[in-house]
Amino acid sequence: MKSTRTRTRIAVLGLLGPFVVLFIFTLVVPIGYALFQSFTATQRSGAYGNGDSSTVFVGFTNYVRALTDPAFVASLGRVLLFAVVQVPIMIVLATVLALMLDAASARGVRFFRSVYFLPYGVPGVVASLLWGFLYTPGLSPIIDISKTFGVQLDFLGSGSILFSIANIVIWQYAGYNMLVIVAQLKSIDADLFEAAAIDGANSWQVITRIKLPLIAPAIVLTTVFTIIGTLQLFGEPLVLRPLSSAITSSYTPNLSAYNQAFTNNNYNLAAAESVILALIACAFSFGFLKLVGRRRSS
Amino acid sequence: MTTTELPDVETVTGRTTRGTRVSRRRTTPGQIVLIAALAVAAIYFLFPVYWLAIAATKSSGSLFGSSGFLLDKPQLLSNIQNVFAYSGGIFVRWAGNSLLYSGVGALVATTLSISAGYCLAKFQFRGREFWFNVILAGVMIPGTALALPLFLMMSQLGLVNTYWAVLIPSLLSPFGVYLGRIYATAAVPDSLLEASRLDGAGEFRIFFGLVLRLMAPAAVTVFLFQFIGIWNNYFLPLVMLSDQSLYPITLGLVSWQSVSDRHPELFQLAIGGAFISVIPIMIAIISLQKFWRAGLTEGSVKG
Repeated sequence: MKSTRTRTRIAVLGLLGPFVVLFIFTLVVPIGYALFQSFTATQRSGAYGNGDSSTVFVGFTNYVRALTDPAFVASLGRVLLFAVVQVPIMIVLATVLALMLDAASARGVRFFRSVYFLPYGVPGVVASLLWGFLYTPGLSPIIDISKTFGVQLDFLGSGSILFSIANIVIWQYAGYNMLVIVAQLKSIDADLFEAAAIDGANSWQVITRIKLPLIAPAIVLTTVFTIIGTLQLFGEPLVLRPLSSAITSSYTPNLSAYNQAFTNNNYNLAAAESVILALIACAFSFGFLKLVGRRRSS
Repeated sequence: MTTTELPDVETVTGRTTRGTRVSRRRTTPGQIVLIAALAVAAIYFLFPVYWLAIAATKSSGSLFGSSGFLLDKPQLLSNIQNVFAYSGGIFVRWAGNSLLYSGVGALVATTLSISAGYCLAKFQFRGREFWFNVILAGVMIPGTALALPLFLMMSQLGLVNTYWAVLIPSLLSPFGVYLGRIYATAAVPDSLLEASRLDGAGEFRIFFGLVLRLMAPAAVTVFLFQFIGIWNNYFLPLVMLSDQSLYPITLGLVSWQSVSDRHPELFQLAIGGAFISVIPIMIAIISLQKFWRAGLTEGSVKG
């Protein structure tokens, strides 16, 4: 039998090694590469820019360009507004659904839980196609029905499109977030509920004094991932774009970066925009965690 | 970036089960209100799918001419035939591609991340906490932020517009390592590992013969989430692929929808294709429903 140290070394290389290699290649290097790109520019020699190209270091030029582009700054503001509207609705809905499922008697709970989780299996772009049909005048039964009541609904106008997109995202992910919270609810010690019953606590007290504090970590986790996901908005506006003139080519930061890269062939500016978005997502996630941490320790 | 502020999974998943909670409620007015509220929520989540199922049976004409909630001269079979027949059966190809990306990607990703999680849980070595924290930080990096630099790397390697360009980035699941480590700590007893080692088993035989079986619930959960994640992915294949025959379903359906203003017949095809692609996933979600939570809850139960 080989020594423990040799065994450990072989095990680490064989079991952890492949993952780490993949992690470096598909995550660490791309991040480094994006950072490098964001600080450089491609210059072409020759009078018509058709000579050899070379990469030169340009400092923060790409960042300055991105942050002085009104369209990109507007797209940042748009996803932040989107997050402010959508994240609270999403988390409250997921939490309420989880608590209601927990409070309902056994019959039907499994059915409802599956139904709420179902949209998670529908790809984001397919969900956008689906809701896109439901937003389209002439196709949408919602618009037809509201018309018979004399209400003219416009889901695709510039005033409402952001909310229409928020609805798609909520429809898709509320059930997933609910499931994470349900998993946490299921793991609460039964003794706590018995003790509360003996003390004469009512359902509301059980929710506010026992359940909510104990599922708080799951709520924090889902909030952080919802914030990160929300700022990355891309597929939904892309799919709805042919339907709504309110969606421009730089409607969200990711759409803007995508178009900089593939329409304008400016990968360096695209990289700078991606980095700015990632930093903002990071700042919001950690800001939120700090806020929660402080409130809990005080 | 420090990760100590992240809530750890032990608290996220909890540590005890409430198992035999006495069921103590009868049908009270409160329960009726509760069920009604749950039913309203169910309608919200189901009605787009219902609309899709109805729309998939309609002809292009009655799609616009009749109520979206009611059947009108259903012709589901011929619609489905049209989806499969269009452009030399390209839809079947897309479905096969989606299965390949998701199936192979999720299988390899699960193996790699579960073994890494087990290694981080059960072996003492230098850099252990460092790697775990770095990987944990990776959970927070959204895939869309990586797609552009990955595209540039892949194009330098000459892999753009091949299966590899989508498959390789899909093999990564930092979440799987996170769950794998927590689960291994709780569900793989050290005494069992020691006994196998004394019997002369090598570390890889122990992992594939014994540990993987003990960690099966976590592995299934990781597989399912990774499968859905790849199946639903749009940005990565959009960036990487230009050849239609390599498209997954998501990319293919959007390509149909985006030209449907010029080719109205594609409108019905996009609806039919969406319907066909949603059905297997829905069946999988309902029939595998206990596995979705299995890794998340059971990992804690055993601790």
